[in-house]
Amino acid sequence: MTPAMSVVDLRCRYGSSEALRDISFEVHVGDYLGIVGPNGSGKSTLIRAVLGLVPVEQGSIELFGTNLPAFRTWRRIGYLPQRLKYADPHFPGTVDEIVRLGLLAGKKFPKMSSRADDEAVARTMEFMGISGIRRQPVGELSGGQQQRVLLARALVGGPDLLILDEPATALDPETRGNFYSLLSDLNRKQHTTIILVTHDTWSIGQYATRFLYLDKKVVFDGTFGAFCQSGEMTEFFGEYAQHQICHRHHGEKRGADGTR
Amino acid sequence: MELADLVGYAFIQRALLAGTLIAALCAVLGVFLVLRRLSLIGDGLAHVTFGGVAAALILRVEPSAVTVAAIPVVLLSSFGILKLTEKARIYGDAAIGVVSSLGIATGVLLASAAGGFNVDLFSFLFGSILAISSNEVVIAVILFVVVVSAVGLFYNDLFAVTFDEELARSSGIQARRINVVLVLLTALTVVLAMKVVGILLISALLIVPAVAALQVARGFRATIIWAVVFSVFSVVAGIFGSFVMNLPTGATIVLLNIVMFVLAYVFRKTVLARRINRGRGDARVAPL
Repeated sequence: MTPAMSVVDLRCRYGSSEALRDISFEVHVGDYLGIVGPNGSGKSTLIRAVLGLVPVEQGSIELFGTNLPAFRTWRRIGYLPQRLKYADPHFPGTVDEIVRLGLLAGKKFPKMSSRADDEAVARTMEFMGISGIRRQPVGELSGGQQQRVLLARALVGGPDLLILDEPATALDPETRGNFYSLLSDLNRKQHTTIILVTHDTWSIGQYATRFLYLDKKVVFDGTFGAFCQSGEMTEFFGEYAQHQICHRHHGEKRGADGTR
Repeated sequence: MELADLVGYAFIQRALLAGTLIAALCAVLGVFLVLRRLSLIGDGLAHVTFGGVAAALILRVEPSAVTVAAIPVVLLSSFGILKLTEKARIYGDAAIGVVSSLGIATGVLLASAAGGFNVDLFSFLFGSILAISSNEVVIAVILFVVVVSAVGLFYNDLFAVTFDEELARSSGIQARRINVVLVLLTALTVVLAMKVVGILLISALLIVPAVAALQVARGFRATIIWAVVFSVFSVVAGIFGSFVMNLPTGATIVLLNIVMFVLAYVFRKTVLARRINRGRGDARVAPL
């Protein structure tokens, strides 16, 4: 089967500094891939590169078997970015208007809304529990509520591949656990392929089917269990750091309850 | 003199028709520009228009054809602003500053070479909507149709890019092309608007209705509608008011726009604030 994503020998650079080098991996349809790594390890750059948002110096990226520059079926991909630029308190767009933006990728010029769109938007808002705030401007919402609106925007088109960059940062602990469960459900029941970038290593270790540790290059690609038991990784990180990554600590305890 | 009598004058009819169309255009584009932090692009392009107008006058272009003559200059400058932002690695506001200074400096040099400022140049600086010709009304109608059609056709993409350019690009939207569309439409509108309020006050027509609408509107589409209402009201009331009270029309229109903004702000801080707080209490977010 054609992989959902295939990255070969990717290299990216920001000015004179190297952001990513020799990155190669595949994401298969139905995978739930967690990408983790320290600050500045290139996680967000990798995500932005596969979406064509930053230039690639070398290597190739394929989405569903199509080379990135030729890829046009963006409706197959849902993206939830890390930065809350849209947290502008003056932005007047309502929840309904923002969720609807997620349907644009599947439309041809002049991209008019249909009744089916109204139904898809209503269904997704219901699913995400945000129907009650549909007429509220997004600028007036809390960070957690905005994140839900943006996830609804990413989901409304029924994407085959969902890419999330640090999606749980603005969520309260209880919602965060539920959020991870929701992603697991999407992955298991709707077979949505998921790529999730996070700092929350322990939680993602519990949910994701694959674990990719990045530090400008791929340090580890396998299951979380294999990572924690790998002697090679113990050698790479040292026992203490590996323990920190693999086990729940007080800081993370506040972040996720770990229940499936 | 009764308002009904005023409407009987052909020059008032022309001013009302052209003024209303231009006010509506400025309001619609202003919402996108303000939210994209490009508010001052109107000011920059207006200054370039000054250079274009001075060049047209020195070349002895008929005053009624100066508007059309300035269009290519302003379109080129709007491209210049975009290219400077993309290629010269400078921020949008700085690019606007560079092109704006170029326009003003060129205009002053040309005016000086022509033996100083004359009446025609002053009418472009401060607006002269009551002196708008039939040809200029026709141009206003054509450009109104062009700009409104373009905004209608690209509305969703313009909204997506205004909300978040990177998110829009990740949906396959050609953000660069949309930016070009927005800037070109603004350039056309600026050239038209110089007849209404004059080069020096054009940015007010783009910015003030939008910021007034942002005080009261809840929703992006609603913001555009409110901006059009504020803008058209200010232009119509400004034309009548200035004529009756013998005031400069451009300045009267701008001051009325500012009054609208202040009223909208007070409304937001009083009535709307209470409603929003009540709404927040009512609107529940279901658990995930």
